[in-house]
Amino acid sequence: MPKNPHIKKVMVIGSGPIVIGQAAEFDYAGTQACRSLKEEGVEVVLVNSNPATIMTDKDIADRVYIEPLTVNVLEQIILKEKPDSILPTLGGQAGLNLGMELAESGFLEEQGVRLIGTTAETIFKAEDREAFKETMEKIGEPCAASEVVNNVEDGIRFTNTIGYPVVLRPAYTLGGSGGGIAHNQEELIDILSNGLRLSRVGQVLVERCIAGWKEVEYEVMRDGNGNCITVCNMENIDPVGVHTGDSIVVAPSQTLGDREYQMLRSSALNIISELNITGGCNVQYALKPDSFEYCVIEVNPRVSRSSALASKATGYPIAKVAAKIALGYTLDEIKNAVTGKTFASFEPMLDYCVVKIPRLPFDKFIQAKRTLTTQMKATGEVMSICTNFEGALMKALRSLEQHVDSLIPKSITHKNNQHTAHTADNKDVYDFTGLDEEELLEALARVDDRRIFVIAEAVRKGISYETIHEITRIDFWFIDKIAILVEMEQRLLTEPLTVELLREAKRLEFPDIVIARLSGKTEDEVKKLRYVNQITAAFKMVDTCAAEFEATTPYYYSCFGSVDEMVKTQPKKKVLVLGSGPIRIGQGIEFDFCSVHCTWAFAKEGYETIIINNNPETVSTDFDIADKLYFEPLTPEDVENIVNLEKPDGAVVQFGGQTAIKLTESLMKMGVPILGTSAENVDAAEDRELFDQILEECCIPRPAGRTVFTAEEAKAAAAELGYPVLVRPSYVLGGQGMQIAISDEDIDEFIGIINRIAQEHPILVDKYLVGKEIEVDAVCDGEDILIPGIMEHVERAGVHSGDSISVYPAQSISEKIQKVIVEYTRRLAKALHVVGLINIQFIVCDGEVYVIEVNPRSSRTVPYISKVTGIPIVQLATKVIIGETIQGMGYTPGLQPQADYIAVKMPVFSFEKLRGADISLGPEMKSTGEVLGIAKTFDEALYKAFLGAGIDLPKHKQMIITVKDADKLEAVEIGRRFQALGYKIYATRSTARILNENGVKAVKTNKIEEESPNLLDLILGHRIDLVIDTPSQGKTRSHDGFLIRRNAIETGVNVLTSLDTANALVSSLEHVKEQKLSLIDIATVKNV
Amino acid sequence: MKAFLILEDGNVFTGTSIGAAKEVISEIVFNTSMTGYLEVLTDPSYAGQAVAMTYPLIGNYGICYEDMESVRPWCSGFIVRELSRLPSNFRSEETIQHFLEKNGIPGIAGIDTRALTKILREKGTMNGMITTNENYNLDDSMVRLKGYTTGNVVEKVTCREKSVLPAQGKTAGAVRRVALLDLGAKKNIARSLSKRGCEVTIYPAGTSAQEILEAEPDGIMLSNGPGDPKACTSIIEELKQLYRTDVPIFAICLGHQLMALAMGGDTHKMKYGHRGGNHPVKDLETGRVYISSQNHGYVVDMKTMDASVAEPGFVNVNDGTIEGIRYKNKNILTVQFHPEACPGPQDSEFLFDKFLKMMEVSHA
Repeated sequence: MPKNPHIKKVMVIGSGPIVIGQAAEFDYAGTQACRSLKEEGVEVVLVNSNPATIMTDKDIADRVYIEPLTVNVLEQIILKEKPDSILPTLGGQAGLNLGMELAESGFLEEQGVRLIGTTAETIFKAEDREAFKETMEKIGEPCAASEVVNNVEDGIRFTNTIGYPVVLRPAYTLGGSGGGIAHNQEELIDILSNGLRLSRVGQVLVERCIAGWKEVEYEVMRDGNGNCITVCNMENIDPVGVHTGDSIVVAPSQTLGDREYQMLRSSALNIISELNITGGCNVQYALKPDSFEYCVIEVNPRVSRSSALASKATGYPIAKVAAKIALGYTLDEIKNAVTGKTFASFEPMLDYCVVKIPRLPFDKFIQAKRTLTTQMKATGEVMSICTNFEGALMKALRSLEQHVDSLIPKSITHKNNQHTAHTADNKDVYDFTGLDEEELLEALARVDDRRIFVIAEAVRKGISYETIHEITRIDFWFIDKIAILVEMEQRLLTEPLTVELLREAKRLEFPDIVIARLSGKTEDEVKKLRYVNQITAAFKMVDTCAAEFEATTPYYYSCFGSVDEMVKTQPKKKVLVLGSGPIRIGQGIEFDFCSVHCTWAFAKEGYETIIINNNPETVSTDFDIADKLYFEPLTPEDVENIVNLEKPDGAVVQFGGQTAIKLTESLMKMGVPILGTSAENVDAAEDRELFDQILEECCIPRPAGRTVFTAEEAKAAAAELGYPVLVRPSYVLGGQGMQIAISDEDIDEFIGIINRIAQEHPILVDKYLVGKEIEVDAVCDGEDILIPGIMEHVERAGVHSGDSISVYPAQSISEKIQKVIVEYTRRLAKALHVVGLINIQFIVCDGEVYVIEVNPRSSRTVPYISKVTGIPIVQLATKVIIGETIQGMGYTPGLQPQADYIAVKMPVFSFEKLRGADISLGPEMKSTGEVLGIAKTFDEALYKAFLGAGIDLPKHKQMIITVKDADKLEAVEIGRRFQALGYKIYATRSTARILNENGVKAVKTNKIEEESPNLLDLILGHRIDLVIDTPSQGKTRSHDGFLIRRNAIETGVNVLTSLDTANALVSSLEHVKEQKLSLIDIATVKNV
Repeated sequence: MKAFLILEDGNVFTGTSIGAAKEVISEIVFNTSMTGYLEVLTDPSYAGQAVAMTYPLIGNYGICYEDMESVRPWCSGFIVRELSRLPSNFRSEETIQHFLEKNGIPGIAGIDTRALTKILREKGTMNGMITTNENYNLDDSMVRLKGYTTGNVVEKVTCREKSVLPAQGKTAGAVRRVALLDLGAKKNIARSLSKRGCEVTIYPAGTSAQEILEAEPDGIMLSNGPGDPKACTSIIEELKQLYRTDVPIFAICLGHQLMALAMGGDTHKMKYGHRGGNHPVKDLETGRVYISSQNHGYVVDMKTMDASVAEPGFVNVNDGTIEGIRYKNKNILTVQFHPEACPGPQDSEFLFDKFLKMMEVSHA
């Protein structure tokens, strides 16, 4: 079936801000799909509220709306743009839900717009619990039996029909409290009666327990002609019970025989056919480990995180093919872009093994529970490829950038390194060597992100496979593979390092540094031994077909003991672009945006481009972005393997976040020139003493500060500077470990936390200034600077810049201050000899401008400022790096004229997913994503930003205010304004008193620890729009506030912990009087 | 113990010996299936060939005897990147290492199977030797390699005596009696028919058409099998006779090639064949594409077929080669791929149902 000629203009719905569970994979899918549509001559209208994405670039779509993703906004865009079709299956669950709502309301039919990709009926059948169950029953596909019960008797009756054990899930309780697994009637009565009591609606879901079964996924494609294929299957190492996004996953499945493999494959094809899906689909199964029994867990009738992983694991571009299918093509008409010969109607065959490991945010949320459950917690993931499982696992572990280079704790070293030999490192959270057998057995039972390290230690301590399997339910095959790694570790510790032993260790992907540590050699000695004996990495191609056909797409992975097949390329100049690794809090999708644009800019200038990255969710690891893609860990050794073969003319590190910056020194040692700002100058910005010197030379003030190593030194510094002080490690991401200390006790606590990870660099203690925070990104060519715009933060200093609402252009600073900022930027850029990008954060306090941070690299705000000003700063920075000048490119140096629009970048958080995490904002970054509000007026832009961030008020017009003493008077004004908007205010005792004293009516409410009805009852009553809760400093009373905030978040109530944010919110609400929002096509924003 | 794989083009791979430590010369082919190594090992179509698995981790789920596609492994040798030291599956009865040893199949592990595959892809299928003799003489080996041919291997793999597999379970219609000519049949062909209510009589490859027809079967099934179809001259003669009757015929792989040869067509050896579980075949009647299990090194040349006798039924989406033939005015369908799967996708299993329909029609 050829392309449907009636499809000429398609609206694509994006997935909105990055939150846990819905991340960069949808930028990858959306970008690929938009390009695929444009390739077919279709006009693309894109809507996505997330400005950090590549898909919201005007190169990707014809019309780009960075607007809130609400039904109302989408309707307005449809009325304006009049697309003939909507493609809702590429924007994750958010996009799918919106597509459904538009279809169900009849709006699409009214407007003559069709849903393409998949019909509303299909989406309903896959998404609606009952409809899905019915459909599965109809075609004989088993689901885990379940029933909602209202009393214990019904629970017993139902359980008797399905058998023990059963999972009990009370409806509407916080974070699944009151649930559990019952193995017999006694336990069932106990848990069920408790659950019924706790459930607000008195309902408990009784479900057959399939925890511990193997979890297997299939990625399936189907076209309008009914042809279907499976792209890939994947096996979770963690059995059912851990969300697949939080599981270590291997592709293809390893422990399934052909019978199980084909049984589930046929089932997946049956399901996709019955649901009548056209496009991509993901089916998740639970497979009983000791029989052929299985259950369908879930079907996602759209592209998903798993499909992004499957695409990268196989080379099969699922989103691209799904877009073509949506246009009417059949699989046998779509060329396989990797081989250029075969067609999309085939199944990829892997001749390697792929391992994915999730990147969990527990380094940022140290209080959050590490336990992994069916609620996803990971912010990102890494993928690695090798010819054996052990190697793929080792490569993935070191790609995570979590201070871990293998399964082997650093405390295990050769006897020659005696000072640390065999003493457990209790600061290393992945080190379990100090546990005895009993403690290990307990640790094995804990399902968290460190379990694989516990298993390694259990193997080390001689605990049997049977015991490990009994507790973890992880398949013996995987346990044995971990054991193979432990055995190698023991051999390296005890045997002389022969060439044969080294060869085998490298085959298993032991990094040189680990081999050195275990064998008592230096890393250089190990490397030399390797080179002398030709033990070097070979690169193999990911070609979708296990070498059966010749492939044309240079997508490589490394392995040892193999023939290299890297294709030597043309004599063009070669540039190495280093990616930013897994998405984590503080280093998100914006760095992928920068890497991709930098790559494209180099290609435009005639360079051959090479990307190294390990993140399967991103656009940068799509096979056709760079001339060559190396899917590899970003460690010095892994990068050197590539450098040895490619011999690039230079490397760019300033676009890949801290991950790339960290490689600067190693690259220089390898003899690779760093393009743009030199390594010494990057260092100068991070090195406190050098930096102070530069500031002094430039006559730029900064808040007074000291460098320290110990808590004692820190306390002395604080005494000298006067509290409050800002405490933080140097060389960190997103303010990691940064805290505001108001007392010596705080300092003890914070330094303790920082020093849990051995610090190579000193800790910084600075005077904390309360003022306006201003941020600037600039391009510098060594002589002139170009500032696209000045951004101002809504929250006063002290809230991490990534968690602040950022406004362009700055609204409240004088022209004089602006001039000072531009001048300081110019001086700093010149003093640091910046060639490329620089990001500077200032504080304006009492009319004085202070510099608080300088990053001579791209920053989080680069995509957003590029889009709202229409100035493509990554491209400009890249050209500058190549040697062009700002004037030469037609720009007048200095601050650029203001754009026609005001833009507000609003952070978005994922707190509800992380139990135990404190949500109060501070100097450490906590947001996972962002949205943009853009309009002609500040108030509308602000309103749009709140709306985009999911704060759609008013609803019930009831709110709670509970603020610390210092904020009480300020809270009065905010309360007054909310009251004027018709809000009923509840407040705790002292806040209520001050509000009432000042003429704001507030209902006094009991605190949580006081008797009912109290704050908690109010929150759980689901009638509260908003909680304003500013946490008091220090540890006093912090628990009460923490409980309020957690409960509110888990009940879906908006919580603001900064009065500045509250002020902004009330301003934006005052502005909306049900008025129609303006719509702005970003693609038309002028590029001056 | 070290082992060597010496190829006809002079390439030598050094690895570790697995299975029986004996020397063997055979054709070297590769298979891209990621699961189903036991089914591959026991598929009689691999007689005279050593199979290299492109998937690097083999033996993960051990050996489950009930998955064997014939009574013993038939391939001459087995070539893998890595054998799992610990098989893990609830049905696993032993390790693949032991299975190979027990059955006297020599093999080599620890070689770069992707590099080998690329050689075979670029230069075509060639002969090779697996040996553990460290002092092999390359020149001498070359001579022996060049002289090797698989010969008439069908004789070797077919059953010695006729046997009957009864119809299984309850069926709606009458029990159909199918004559299965065993040219090296995979067990799942007979199982697939039996499961659908057919009583299957399995005949040795040398059985005459007359003997088969005398039993008055409702349908005739021609199986898969090894080697060059043109070597099966006497079988081809018998097929001509079967063609002349009205008995419905369904043929797979070698059976499909032999029927084409019987009807005046020609076959030729492919550069490196199709072996794996991911080949798309298109049903020309409906336009539907199915992912199929394949294992063949020869292919029917459709140009040589009389258009008034035969028309293409299925075609390979990747390379356009013929994957199935419908015989005009006849109740005969032949396919190059393997609807019986094992290993591989079960998407074209419906062809057995189609065969049942063919028998129904001829009865009506």
